[in-house]
Parts: sequence; structure tokens; C-alpha cells
Amino acid sequence: MHIVVCLKQVPDSAQIRVHPVTNTIMRQGVPTIINPYDLFALEEALRLRDRLGGEVTVLTMGPLMAEDSLRKALTFGADRAVLLTDRSFAGSDTLATSYALSMALTKIGQEFGGPPIVFTGKQTIDGDTAQVGPGIAKRLGLNQLTYVARICDLDPQAGTISVERRAEGGVQVLETRMPVLITMLEGTNEMRRGSLDDAYRAARSQIVKWSAADAGITELAKCGLKGSPTIVKKVFAPQARAEKVQHIASSDLSTDALAANVMAAIFQKQPALEGDLLRFAAGQ
Amino acid sequence: MIEERFDAIVVGAGPSGNAAAYTMAKEGLRVLQLERGEYPGSKNVQGAILYADALEKIIPDFREDAPLERHVIEQRLWTMDNGSHVGMHYRSDDFNEERPNRYTIIRAQFDRWFSGKVREAGAVLLCETTVTELLRDTAGRVIGVRTDRGGGTAFADIVILGEGVNGLVGQRAGLRPELKPDTVALAVKEMHFLPRETIEARFNLKGNEGVVIEAMGTITDGMTGTGFIYTNQESISIGIGCIVSDFTESSCTPYGLLEAFKRHPSVQPLLEGSECKEYVAHLIPEGGYNAMPQLYGDGWIVVGDAGQFVNAVHREGSNLAMTTGRVAAETVVWLKRRREELSKANLAEYQRRLEETFVMKDMKKYRKIPSLLHHNRQFFNLYPKLLSGAAQTWFRVDGIDKRTKEKQIFQSFRAGRKLTGLIGDAFKLARSWR
Repeated sequence: MHIVVCLKQVPDSAQIRVHPVTNTIMRQGVPTIINPYDLFALEEALRLRDRLGGEVTVLTMGPLMAEDSLRKALTFGADRAVLLTDRSFAGSDTLATSYALSMALTKIGQEFGGPPIVFTGKQTIDGDTAQVGPGIAKRLGLNQLTYVARICDLDPQAGTISVERRAEGGVQVLETRMPVLITMLEGTNEMRRGSLDDAYRAARSQIVKWSAADAGITELAKCGLKGSPTIVKKVFAPQARAEKVQHIASSDLSTDALAANVMAAIFQKQPALEGDLLRFAAGQ
Repeated sequence: MIEERFDAIVVGAGPSGNAAAYTMAKEGLRVLQLERGEYPGSKNVQGAILYADALEKIIPDFREDAPLERHVIEQRLWTMDNGSHVGMHYRSDDFNEERPNRYTIIRAQFDRWFSGKVREAGAVLLCETTVTELLRDTAGRVIGVRTDRGGGTAFADIVILGEGVNGLVGQRAGLRPELKPDTVALAVKEMHFLPRETIEARFNLKGNEGVVIEAMGTITDGMTGTGFIYTNQESISIGIGCIVSDFTESSCTPYGLLEAFKRHPSVQPLLEGSECKEYVAHLIPEGGYNAMPQLYGDGWIVVGDAGQFVNAVHREGSNLAMTTGRVAAETVVWLKRRREELSKANLAEYQRRLEETFVMKDMKKYRKIPSLLHHNRQFFNLYPKLLSGAAQTWFRVDGIDKRTKEKQIFQSFRAGRKLTGLIGDAFKLARSWR
């Protein structure tokens, strides 16, 4: 079975700074990572491949440096990587992105075999829209299964798949026919460590690079800034909290003494807490 | 699983490993480089100063695209007492040369660049791959490595160990002993962000000029160690480090020392209004020549920090790392060209070649310094205080005549450390320096 995983290279949100004047994210010098939610999608795809045979292709759209993330996905065990990269994609919102990716997916189907399953993460950590996955499904006419926590059953012969979907107030068990687009929930699995052979292959692989034209995209008006109806009216940074890190020392270096000093410092800031804790400890 | 065979395996993608891998790959050897970090540089910590000479000998045109911060035009040496410092500054426009001699760098960026060059040269780099043990044949010759990727193995004619200060692979294999607390320093560093213009105004710089401040004295609270402040383009690196055994004997913590250093009135205004974005710590091998392990054996060579190649007095390390990596690689290439075995006897050529470079000459010159400084704490506490007191007496104008002031200064030194102590210290220092 051929499975495609769409993933995105994102700035490591733990290390992002916001420009004090323009309020835009300062990406310079910030390390990039694979969108963490996409890793659950990738691992799920790799597990299906290991169980049922076939191949996993990873696909991303982005600048040339997104190659790093694809190579990393190969290290985890993906079989093939496709980078969709073109200046005309710059400034894409979710509508334009899902258009470009759906075109690339069609092309992948022609070149490497049509995928019964396309995976994405439930959302990205930089955009947080959760729109691109469903957008792709709609454009390609795939059944969509969002916020999937577990794949219960998959019958390649019958072409059916059933999953657990986390929904408000409970868990839905859904069954549908493939081809499907699945957006994977976090915490559903744990990313494996690729073998040494995977690492060699990732280091030596040529990553497939497609421009808009290579992917068969002729309507450039649907791409990039031109194809993006979303307008950012205003960006603001949340007020940073005033609290600063406090170094708490103690004259003797025992952990008990340090802990006591830390507790004292906390109680000083939150006087009600000590009484609450004591009452809690007393079982009230 | 296909059994992979290489001419050489390099453990580590720091300055020494990269220098070795690049030099061998450029000469057409099949090189596998293994790095445990997420990317080259992710585990590496340095002040950091790049010494152009060592890199030029490996990549002559590195200035064209290497991520360099500022070229150093001024060196300040500070002897610090609480609330004061006596400084010696050397600044020269000669350092604004076409091919500057020293640069400040940010290692995470620089190492990625260097690693890119290594891969361009043809080496295969695998990150997030830890070497767990060296593989040997029945004769005890090292023939390859085992990794933590499912126990996967790789084989080569030589394994070059550039695994850093606390190189566990070599230690586990019994190639060198575990680090001793009195031969290794623990340094902590912070990166403080400031606008370019602010840095240039505070440090009296223009363009890409940079300043290096090295400080010693009461900031280490009597322990053997130094502090430093380096200017990057839009940040300042500030750090302090002391010998590990000193930390265990004293009640000081590394971050406590750094906090106090940052609050020192000579330092605080330089950092005013900055935003701390990074806090890192690392070990530095400072045992010197006497702590150096065996550097080669049947099928293996040690380079960089793993071989204790650090000149603690001059704060040099990365240049020694690059040079040992390059020389090790050149030795391997030379032996392979001559179709000679990479045996212990033949690899002695590595050490012979190193003896001819500044690396071994400097290591030998300062061989007695580590133990001298370690056993004579007056160099870090008493003398800085006396020097600072003397400077204050001398420069304060208060109606006391200069001859009396001279006497006061001389008496302060005699009271602090009797005449025999003073002469003895001068003698010891001179003899160790020789």
C-alpha cells in the first residue's frame, strides 16, 4: 500500500521571539523542526506499511531548507521524499496551500501509485488552523477522518478503514471507504528510531524537488499570496508576564534546605496557597 | 542489512571531527561520520572564538560563506577584585585586515556550516546516532563501531575519535582513563541579546569589529578559573568556568558565580537591558600535557578535546581541535597512499607530525601551569586584591605624597604575602612559563 504523509517544517516554537515593533515572528536563527503533530501521522503511516507492506512517501511544501525536515523523515524510515518548492508559493494561506498540495498529491499518484491513505497531523504549531488536511480531502474528494486517535481496522481488499475519533464529549468510532485523508491526533503513538540502514538511506537519498510546473500546476493565480484570500488585519503579541526567574540559594546545600527556601518564596508570592495545601493535606 | 565498509569512521561532528572528515573526504576517502546530536553543533559549546589560521589550513576560502560574527580588534585582560578591576587592553587597527586573525562565532551556526562543507566533500554524516562501542578483531585491532540504532554496525580501516571532552567511547574501550575532577573545568555561558548599535556604542566598535574580554580574580572566589565576555553581532556571550574539583570543595555553584560576575559593577553596564536567550554549560579539558592520554593505537586515533588538546592559559581549544583533526586525517591519507597498514606503529607518525606543530609545542610549554595554578590560590584571590588596592592607592589624589604611597603599596604586598612568598611565586610562575 502506498501511503503519503504531508508534513510541515515549522520554527521550534520553544525558541521563537516576537519582534518588539512589528509583532511578527523573528524566524532568523530559530531552529526548525518537523511539526510535532505530523510525527504522529508519520509513525502511524510507517506502522501500517510495516504491517501491510508498501511504501511511505513524505511530502512538504516550503523553501529549499525544508529539505532538512524531509531528510529527517527519511531517517525515521520513510521511503521517499518530495519537496514542493517554488517562489510562486510564497505567502500561501491554507486555501492556496491545500491547492498546491492536492496537485502534488495527484502527481505523486501518477508517478508512484495512488495512495489509499493520505495522512497529516491534526494541525501545525505555527498556524494552528487545522484547515489544510480537510482542504486537501475536499479538493481530492477523499473521505476525511479528522482528530483520529487510533486506527482500529483496515481491510485492503474491501478498501475499508475504521478509526476512533476524539470528539467533544466522547469518542466516535467511524468506518469509511478508502481513499481517505486522516489527520492524526497527538499522543497516539511514539516516533520510532530509524535503523542504521534508514540513516544511510536518508543521508544518500536524492529528494524529489518539484516546482509548480513540475507538479502540474498551471493556475498560478491559485498559488501563493495571489491565491490567498486571507488578510492579516493586525498582529499583536500577548503582554509578557512581569515575573522573572529568581535564583533561590540556601546557606547549606542540602536539597531539603533548598526546597524549604523555594516553598517559602512561593508562599510569599501566594499567601493563600499555604493554608489551602495544609487543609488539603488534612483531608478537608 | 547490508554491511557497510568505509575507509574511515569519524566519531563526532565538532571542530576536530569535522576537520578530520573534511580532510579525508576531500582526498577521496570513503568517510562515515557519526554524531549523537540532533544536528552538528547541537551538543557543542564554546565561548566562542574562531582562530582563522587553523581553519585556513583546512578550508582556505572559509571567509566567503562561513557564518562569522565579528573580527576581534581588541583584547582586554581584566584582573578583578570585588567592585573594581585592573585592566590591560590591546587594540589595533592592524586587526582590521583583509584576512582577520580571530572571529567571534556562534557555534550552532558555524558547526552546521562546517558540516555542510564536510558533506559537500563527500562524507556520509549520520546525526542522532551514538557510537556505543568500538569493534575489535581477535588481535585487538579496532575495525569498526557499534551504534545505538538497533545495534547497527559499521566497519572501517580506521576510527578517528573526535568525541569531545567526556568521550565515553574511548573510555569504555579502555583507550584512556575517566576524567579526573582536577583536570577538567566546568564552564557556564549565557547569550545576551542587544541591538547591534548598542553593542557597538558600549564596546567602542564600528562595523563588524569585535572585543574579547578575559577576566580572572575574585570573580572565581579563589577557585582556579576565568571569566569571559565576547561580542557577537547582536549578542554578547558571557561565561565563567572553574576546575571541577574546586567546585566540589567550595560551596559555590557555577550559575551563582555567573550571576555574581554579571552583577559586577565593571560588567553590569555592558549587559544593561539585554535579554538572555540561552544558558549552556560544558566541560573543558584543562589538565594539559600531563593529562594527555595515548593518542593512537591499532586502528584508532584520538583528536580534539578527547585528547585533552586545550591550551587553558591562552583560552585556545578549537584551533588545537581542528589542527589535530587535520593532521590525523593527513596521516591516514598518507599511510593509505603508501598502502601501509593503519597499525599502532605506523600511526605513531600522527604524533610525530603533531610534535612539529604549535599544538604539541604549546602543550609542552605549559605542562606545569595547571598544577601550579591549582595549588596556589593566591593567584586568583590575593594578587588581584593587592593589585587593585595598589591601583587605588596610586590613582587616588588625597594629599598623601607619592613616596608614602609607594611605601603603602609595597607594605600591602608584604603584609599580604611575605617577601619569601612573593619571590617564591614569581619564581614558580617564571619556571612554569618557561
